[in-house]
Amino acid sequence: MTAGMASTAVQSHAVVSFWLAGRQFGLPLRDVREVLSARPVTPVPLAPSDIVGSFSLRGRIVTVVDMRRRLNMPPRASGTEGVTVVVEWQQDVFGLAVDAAGDVLALDPGDRECNPPAVDPRIQDCAGAFYRHAGQSLVLLDIDRLLNQSHLSVVA
Amino acid sequence: MDDLLNEFLTETNDSLSVLDVELVKLEQNPNDPDLLGNIFRLMHTIKGTCGFLRLPRLETVAHAGENVLVKVRDGHLEVTSEVVSLILACLDQIRAILSALELSGGEPPGDDAALIGRLDELSEGCAEPALRGQAVSHPVSGITVPEASVDSTLPAADGAAPSKEPAFASQSVRVQVDLLDRLMTLVSELVLTRNQCLQVSRGQTESELHAPLQRLDRVVSELQEGVMKTRMQPISNAWVKVPRLVRDLAQDLGKKIELVMAGANTELDRQVLELITDPLTHMVRNSVDHGLELPEERRAAGKPETGTILLNAFHEGGQILIEVADDGRGLSIEKIKREAVEKGLATPADLAALTDKQVMQYIFAPGFSTADVTTSVSGRGVGMDVVKTNIEKLGGVIELSSSEAEGTKIVMKIPLTLSIIPALVVACGGERFALPQFSVLELVRLPANPEQVIEQIDGRTMLRLRDRPVALADLREMLGTGRAGEEVPALEGASGRMVIVCQVGAGRLGIMVDQVFDTEEIVVKPVASILSDIKLFSGNTILGDGSVAMILDPNGISVSAGHVVTSGRRTDVEADGKVGVGGEALSILVFRAGGSRLKAVPLSLVERLEEIDLGKVERAQGQLLARYRGQPMPLLRIGATGDLATEGYQPVVVFANGGRCLGLVVDEIVDIVEGHMAIELAGSRAGCLGSTTIAGQSTDIIDVGYYLSQAYGQWLGVERRAGEGGETVGRVLLVEDSPFFRNFLSPMLTTAGYEVTAVEDAAQALELCAAGKNYDVIVSDIESGQTDGFKFAETVKQSTRWRETPLVGLSSHAGSADMAQGRSVGFDDYVARADQEALLRAIKANLTQVRGAA
Repeated sequence: MTAGMASTAVQSHAVVSFWLAGRQFGLPLRDVREVLSARPVTPVPLAPSDIVGSFSLRGRIVTVVDMRRRLNMPPRASGTEGVTVVVEWQQDVFGLAVDAAGDVLALDPGDRECNPPAVDPRIQDCAGAFYRHAGQSLVLLDIDRLLNQSHLSVVA
Repeated sequence: MDDLLNEFLTETNDSLSVLDVELVKLEQNPNDPDLLGNIFRLMHTIKGTCGFLRLPRLETVAHAGENVLVKVRDGHLEVTSEVVSLILACLDQIRAILSALELSGGEPPGDDAALIGRLDELSEGCAEPALRGQAVSHPVSGITVPEASVDSTLPAADGAAPSKEPAFASQSVRVQVDLLDRLMTLVSELVLTRNQCLQVSRGQTESELHAPLQRLDRVVSELQEGVMKTRMQPISNAWVKVPRLVRDLAQDLGKKIELVMAGANTELDRQVLELITDPLTHMVRNSVDHGLELPEERRAAGKPETGTILLNAFHEGGQILIEVADDGRGLSIEKIKREAVEKGLATPADLAALTDKQVMQYIFAPGFSTADVTTSVSGRGVGMDVVKTNIEKLGGVIELSSSEAEGTKIVMKIPLTLSIIPALVVACGGERFALPQFSVLELVRLPANPEQVIEQIDGRTMLRLRDRPVALADLREMLGTGRAGEEVPALEGASGRMVIVCQVGAGRLGIMVDQVFDTEEIVVKPVASILSDIKLFSGNTILGDGSVAMILDPNGISVSAGHVVTSGRRTDVEADGKVGVGGEALSILVFRAGGSRLKAVPLSLVERLEEIDLGKVERAQGQLLARYRGQPMPLLRIGATGDLATEGYQPVVVFANGGRCLGLVVDEIVDIVEGHMAIELAGSRAGCLGSTTIAGQSTDIIDVGYYLSQAYGQWLGVERRAGEGGETVGRVLLVEDSPFFRNFLSPMLTTAGYEVTAVEDAAQALELCAAGKNYDVIVSDIESGQTDGFKFAETVKQSTRWRETPLVGLSSHAGSADMAQGRSVGFDDYVARADQEALLRAIKANLTQVRGAA
């Protein structure tokens, strides 16, 4: 990302994009701290099923959320690596486990889709807005709704 | 809000807290010019700063208050409780305006005319100089702070800077708390990184990194200590509000109360301090409201009109002990029982089976209140359960003792810090977990056929440990990491697994895990709020290898497992104790030290078995010292020749007695044996009580008291002299037929400062009585050989000069039936023989009682 891009990104709507089961999602750049390759995690017994576990990132403990499970998508084929999008929310650090990271996009208000496509209700719950950018649709997620505890599914 | 105003707010709030304390002190010592001077200065500073910052409303209120103080200072007005009340009201008004100011950034509108009018009336209405006594007076009653006055114990960083001496102010800086917190986090990281480095270097035998790493190790430890220290604050910070609280409540309720605060300088972590302030205040409030009686009631009960509340804090064994005691009416067991039945917490039949101590535990039940009338102060049944939960959340323990004669005493044991703690790393279901060490009592490996030690009692799985049942929780099952869905019988696969016996509240809980690795200093980090509902964990941490581990919470595990743990830790010697030496079945730790001959010591005396790093042993004036729980502990060797090695690890048996620890360096821990043994007494061999035969081998029984007094002898001497002008704490007559226990208890009591006379049986004791000897406390074995202990008590209490002397019974089975019988024949107290702590407590309590009555 060049400096020029960054400044335009701030002016319009800067979004970090990532992929889950062939579908493009995004989070506002200001919410994202960094993107890491997937790391080994320590599982947390009795945690909600969306929580994969936790790992240490420079002394802070990152709680990893499996985004496929969170958004009611089929599990990732075993053996695929994936990446972790690190966000900070309400003083806790979360890692969102996704399939792959995309670019940082500058979304234009004009790109917003007025008639959102039919999606799984879980995705609908977490979505802030729907966009079409460079010919591809993108679901912009709302971090508050995504990580709100009451939305996370609990182990049966 | 601008910085200047911010600073003013912090500073003024601090000054107000100090003023609260000082004014209450002034009320007690109206003629202390220093006190008055300080109060005046603080008030003047507040007024001055208000004027400087253009806060006219505050300035007028403060000015009116200051005017009254001027009159007092100049001797025109006498310090009465009306004057103090009015000035306190003035402070409250200032405080109210300040908090509004903090919210809005400006002075709130309002009318203070009434208050100012009253203040002015007071300051103008006294033209005549009132009579004043001498400048220096002795406090008759009131706030006693033995170690230092409260204001000087406030950390320099947040004291009322302008009122301090300039030289003092220049040596301290005010630091933002979050900066300290950040430093703490960084140091924690450094500790983790160091642990990682050390782990890597341990794998390499010859590395150039060894030396620098060792240095790093030391520096990091010191740095950690230093940063921890910056977070330490004296406990008096949690106490500032107490004098005012007690004063106001006492006035409202019409009681006379003396508040004694000791150990105000005891330091503890800021975070811990914050968490205990409210529980502490609550307990004091309870003492004032239902602990202490009205002056008339006290007089009728033969007590002094003024009741005493004692706040005491001190360090012991890496923990802080905080006592809140009153000399009021104590807890009424009958009332508690009635209330427990009414609230449906227990049936009368349940209660009948409980000891008084167990019944008292009901006051910690949610919604419990024994106050007859709900007052505005307390008695609404919210409180003690919250207090208990808060203390336990801190990893602390709360103990309660009470009697109608002596009042109530609550002791809180709290860890020094929450940030970095030693923990046991365990494995369960393929994952690693950390378990804070302060709650761990011992580790037990299950034998190959666990059904020998595990049994089902009332549908609960129990571990039989030295003939006492311990509730057992299978962590694997609770975490759901075992085979899911299947009903796994509790014993399946239990063989070879480890049980960690933990202190949970007043009882014990065994947590069954797969494996126990090591102890590690861990940095406690809170879990993400999303996971905070999982009660089994109290936090998480990063282990030496950089991976995350959850921290197990024994309290949470106990609650989740549905165990109600009621049995005490050491006092629950059961009625089915076997007969061995003098009616005692002993657990004995067998070890080898200084030669091949086996040596042994009763397990009940052993605090812990440790391995020490010989590289870290310090040598000072021929004395070996190791660090144990952050404090230096003397190391002793028995019959050893040559110097202690300087490298490697060596097992150490740790003994503790009243906060003092001693490490006995041994060559090898051989076994723990249990059972009956015949002990032959040694003649006069110092440090050896006698010998016995264990597994066909002759074994020396070590006299721990001897070694403890040897290690601390000098120190003890100093303490005794400082105590009561060379006198001993008290004279104790010990009647005990078992030579083993006689020889074991007398040095222990002597070490504790008592003058001990030990006799074999009641006949000898009665001879001493006839010979005109006097003792402060008599400690007697109950099933004493020739004469039954009960008969002895009866004789003493009915027909001798000693009928006023407190009598403490010693028994191998302190069952409630025995206790009742013991009490009826005249024993004042009753303790299990192996429980030396309880014995010391009982002796002390009885001594105080006698002296108090005298």
